Amino acid sequence: MSAAPDRMEIWDVHCHLSGVPGNTPEERLERLIGYADRLGIQKLCICMGMEWAYDPSPEKLRKDNDDVLRAIRRFPERAFGFVYLNPKHTQASIDELNRCVADGPMVGVKLWVAEKCNSPALDPIVRRAAELRAPIYQHTWLKITGNLPGESTPMDLAELARRHPDAQFICGHSGGDWEVGIRAVRSCQNVYVELSGGDPVAGVTEMAVRELGAERVLFGSDAGGRSFASQLGKVTGASVPETAKRLILVGNLRRLLRPILTSKGFSTHRSTTIEHQ
Amino acid sequence: MKAPRQQARVHGPETKDQRPRALRWEHAPGNKLGDPKHCIARRDFFRFASGLAVLVGVRSGLSVSSADSSHRPGALVDVNVSISHWPTRRVEFDEAPELAKLLRSRGVSQAWVGSLDGMLHKDIAAANARLARACAQNGRGLLLPFGTINPVLPDWREELRRCAEAHRMHGIRLYPNYHGYKLDDPASASLLRAAAERGLIVQIALAMEDERMMHPLMRVAPVDPTPLVRLVREIQGIRLVLINALRLVRGEPLGQLIRSGEVYVEISTLDGVGCVERLVTEIPVERVLFGSNAPLFYFESAALKLRESSLSPTQLAALCAGNAIRLMPRGVGRGSRTP
Ligand SMILES: [Zn+2]
Repeated sequence: MSAAPDRMEIWDVHCHLSGVPGNTPEERLERLIGYADRLGIQKLCICMGMEWAYDPSPEKLRKDNDDVLRAIRRFPERAFGFVYLNPKHTQASIDELNRCVADGPMVGVKLWVAEKCNSPALDPIVRRAAELRAPIYQHTWLKITGNLPGESTPMDLAELARRHPDAQFICGHSGGDWEVGIRAVRSCQNVYVELSGGDPVAGVTEMAVRELGAERVLFGSDAGGRSFASQLGKVTGASVPETAKRLILVGNLRRLLRPILTSKGFSTHRSTTIEHQ
Repeated sequence: MKAPRQQARVHGPETKDQRPRALRWEHAPGNKLGDPKHCIARRDFFRFASGLAVLVGVRSGLSVSSADSSHRPGALVDVNVSISHWPTRRVEFDEAPELAKLLRSRGVSQAWVGSLDGMLHKDIAAANARLARACAQNGRGLLLPFGTINPVLPDWREELRRCAEAHRMHGIRLYPNYHGYKLDDPASASLLRAAAERGLIVQIALAMEDERMMHPLMRVAPVDPTPLVRLVREIQGIRLVLINALRLVRGEPLGQLIRSGEVYVEISTLDGVGCVERLVTEIPVERVLFGSNAPLFYFESAALKLRESSLSPTQLAALCAGNAIRLMPRGVGRGSRTP
């Protein structure tokens, strides 16, 4: 019999309000939490709004972040917000960062495909995020079918991370083509890889743990576009030690968010409200 | 260990309710009550509730250990597993002894196994013979071989004959995109017709990996299943299982395929929150099978989908085992028919 407790706490670093039924942000997050409950996932990090834009205007950014703020304010025990920014609108992005993170409840930054992340346009945003101790989740994918014009590769993220050793980065989707992505960020100690978004191809978690150490690997689901299940199976089904699974499922994200959560007065202790009422 | 008692309490009444349904499977036309397979199916059914409860985790918490699902077999039929080597990566559990151990430890009672050698090897006769041997020698009846047929190769009918008569297989698995033909090519119709005449289940893999992540020298477009609508209507007795299909075909195109005849899908590449409960509102649950695509995918990913979705015990029973057991032909591959 394994020594694992019946209830392993799980935090999911990457969820959305899209791909989930519901007419309002609150309804969608409620549905998402309902599914998360079935798999014992306690905390969801939410980013981006009800409808997505590759290259959002400042107005669209505010709308998307307002959606997330509405949702997480309804479920403060269960959800964290990551502020969606567009480096093409640097000042508007810094304003959003201040509004949602410095002066609001959000705890991280989400960057998607508006601008490749090695662009100097990111530098002021990253500096401000580092001041706020907000980790930066950068979507990355390396596609043999061709990336979107502003879509970052894991190599682009490695460039950015080397320019900003004081900031903490999350390499979204482990670069998509994870056998290359994990190598691309291997030497950057301030980069975590996040496991969501791809098919549950066996070996991804084992390789990440082998090459980076379990301390640099995070569980994320990309729900609702993906199921919690398909992505959680990447960790629960992996041939890595139980201690590594605990770090990936909760320990690392808790450690990464602890400074900003503490500064906002959130508890980082084990959640007591496990069942969603 | 208090978990089993909790599971029994939760699932007890539903198990009773389902017994008549299980008996209906066993008395379906053509089912031989004296057939040893029938006995296995019935025994498996009565182990089903406890095995399934472990699988989908009636316990509210989640252990990250696989240990809590060890050694408790239930009737779970995984229709999409493979052995041998993926061309661009070594995968854990890719040999039959390890795969059988993995599946048993996860509560799988029967697995339909293809050989990845069938994708690219030209000597498919050898690949099928190795597959048949591996399945016979490992897992004590757990692994059912599904040989590969490539209708573009010369003399493929002899290969089909060997699968049915020499290896006594219940079905075959096709990789049209890796073998370079389309489903509206005449070769497809000939092969499907020949397989139907022999009573073989035909599995068609619509894809084997995400197109975005393929090796640059092994980029293969997915299979277009549209021509199957006409073929299934035309070919009497054909029974098709589309594997790795549900990212590629959904909505009305899937509905058309399902309505065209005996066409089934499995859940390994189905995704999105609550994906299984949503799928069974789109197509009848009777056409949905459990498939993991192990060991290429983590087995747990498919198993956890059953826990994430809200499914009735009847739906779960059908999806996990009932549909596959009903689909499995009886009396095929025993050399009783000649082409
Ligand atoms: Zn995402």
